[in-house]
Amino acid sequence: MTAFICTRLAQSILVLFIMSLLVFGGVNLVGDPVEMLINPEADQAEVERVIRELGLDRPVTEQYWYFLVNAFKGDLGSSFIFGEPALKLIIQRMPATLELALFSLFISLIIAIPLGIYAGYKPESKVSKVIMASSILGFSMPTFWVGIIFIMIFAVQLGWLPSTGRGDIGTFMGINSSLFTLNGLSHVFLPALNLALFKISSVIRLTRAGTREIILQDYITFARSKGISEKRVVMIHVLKNILIPIVTVVGLEFGSLIAFSTVTETVFAWPGMGKLIIDSIYNLDRPVIVAYLMIIVTFFVFLNLIVDILYTFLDPRVRIKGDHQ
Amino acid sequence: MNPKLKKFIEFCKDFSSNKVALVAFIIFLLILFVAIFAPLVSPTDPYDLNTVSIMNSRLPPFTEDFSGNYFLLGTDGAGRDMVSAIFYGLRVSLGVGVLSGIFALIIGSFFGISAAFFGGRYESIIMRIVDIQLSFPSILVALIILAAFGKGVEKTIIALILVQWAYYARTARSSALVEINKEYVDAARCLAFGNTRIMFKHILPNCMAPLIVVGTLQTAHAISLEATLSFLGLGLPITEPSLGLLIGNGFEYMYSGDFWISIFPGVALLITVASINLVGDHLRDMFNPRLQ
Repeated sequence: MTAFICTRLAQSILVLFIMSLLVFGGVNLVGDPVEMLINPEADQAEVERVIRELGLDRPVTEQYWYFLVNAFKGDLGSSFIFGEPALKLIIQRMPATLELALFSLFISLIIAIPLGIYAGYKPESKVSKVIMASSILGFSMPTFWVGIIFIMIFAVQLGWLPSTGRGDIGTFMGINSSLFTLNGLSHVFLPALNLALFKISSVIRLTRAGTREIILQDYITFARSKGISEKRVVMIHVLKNILIPIVTVVGLEFGSLIAFSTVTETVFAWPGMGKLIIDSIYNLDRPVIVAYLMIIVTFFVFLNLIVDILYTFLDPRVRIKGDHQ
Repeated sequence: MNPKLKKFIEFCKDFSSNKVALVAFIIFLLILFVAIFAPLVSPTDPYDLNTVSIMNSRLPPFTEDFSGNYFLLGTDGAGRDMVSAIFYGLRVSLGVGVLSGIFALIIGSFFGISAAFFGGRYESIIMRIVDIQLSFPSILVALIILAAFGKGVEKTIIALILVQWAYYARTARSSALVEINKEYVDAARCLAFGNTRIMFKHILPNCMAPLIVVGTLQTAHAISLEATLSFLGLGLPITEPSLGLLIGNGFEYMYSGDFWISIFPGVALLITVASINLVGDHLRDMFNPRLQ
């Protein structure tokens, strides 16, 4: 077990190192940030001063070395545009992204689990076929386009919900979030539903497959033969057993919600991390690009590490290399 | 009758048993036709500055301009006919999607089959890389490449290949592992055929069925991902107006109620991706021995 964790940890660090090389190398080979930053009428001396100030006059390898050393000190460089530490900028925007992702996870579960159970419970019925067909449609619909349609229908035509930005922020139990005010909820609803769409399709399929499997189990037959009502069988026995695998998978995929939120945030002008990275790419704000990518890659690498370790604890059938067989 | 032809006819019959998949396939063929022959079937050339008139900008669907040109789906901000723009856009979107899919298929099956064939450390390194890559969502992989190296046609295609190859490699390896233990591989070895020949002339053809299933679903995914990236402004440049870019162009006009500029390219994208997905879904069911 220890050997396994050590190899995995070493692997994760190797992945991070390669990523930092790739990202830093790539970013520094593309475009000229000075051109974007400096007034075109600035004279040569001014241009040189800025280049020196940003550390762009040194060779790339040296810049990379400084970047690595500083990264270990928790300093990922300062934004060319905002002049503030990149890490601070990203952390400032993190709550907005997290609240969007959490709320959309909540929406997707609330919608998808009942539909999935129904489709698995009565697989031959017309309604189930419609549910399954729409889940294929849901897979095929490009998220950003659906977002545009949401804005068009609910914000422009009907005027029911706001289409851009984050609403008022409330405080509840020491946590600041727009989920605690009515205005905030009205702002988060459309983007969250948009982000949830993809997840809804996959959770429907997962729930349906699970339900079909569980409904054939002996304990369901037993529950029925005891005379328990069908409603109770589904609500208690099926639901409880199906929830465990679904929660695991959905928890795992929380990371992908955060990655996909870049798209939703851009469409709905949601002031989160995703919008920050897209804006930074436009502005060639290298430190923020590098910092964002490194943070999100680190997040994913460690999320996967934790999941792998948890799996071996939860499911002894998972054999690990490096462990005695 | 030629046994190969007979097998093919049987396959066609089997495929047509699912009406939805058949219709989806026909729709896909139509889309492919339109995409390939876009310059011939489009009413106008949307990128010919001589025929496009700024006077016609943002005309709603079903309108006619003063010189008698009819715009079925309206025009965009520069006065281009939306039907033609969508036809040309399909060409770019499908081109990028299919091209990246083919490259990913070649690279992925090369690594997958060779990993299964040689085994040992080589296999574990390859499969470790595949696992690590699959633990990242596809959009993040593409974002890393395009954020770090900038946008462009080749870079978008490279990003899409990188996103997809791991799926092919995993599929190719798992079916090659089954094939390697079969007698025909032993026979080929006894004949002292070279490794390359055994891998790609004997094993690969027998792994094609699952690879084709993955191929259809992945291509649909690649088309959709390219549209997303282009919409975000990270994918294709403006000189290659794919459906994603068309939708992005229309986005700014949407707040003023000009819905058609971004809705119709999106509908075209949706139909394309959905038809490929439906075909892929049915192929998967057909090749799945457990469902037969």
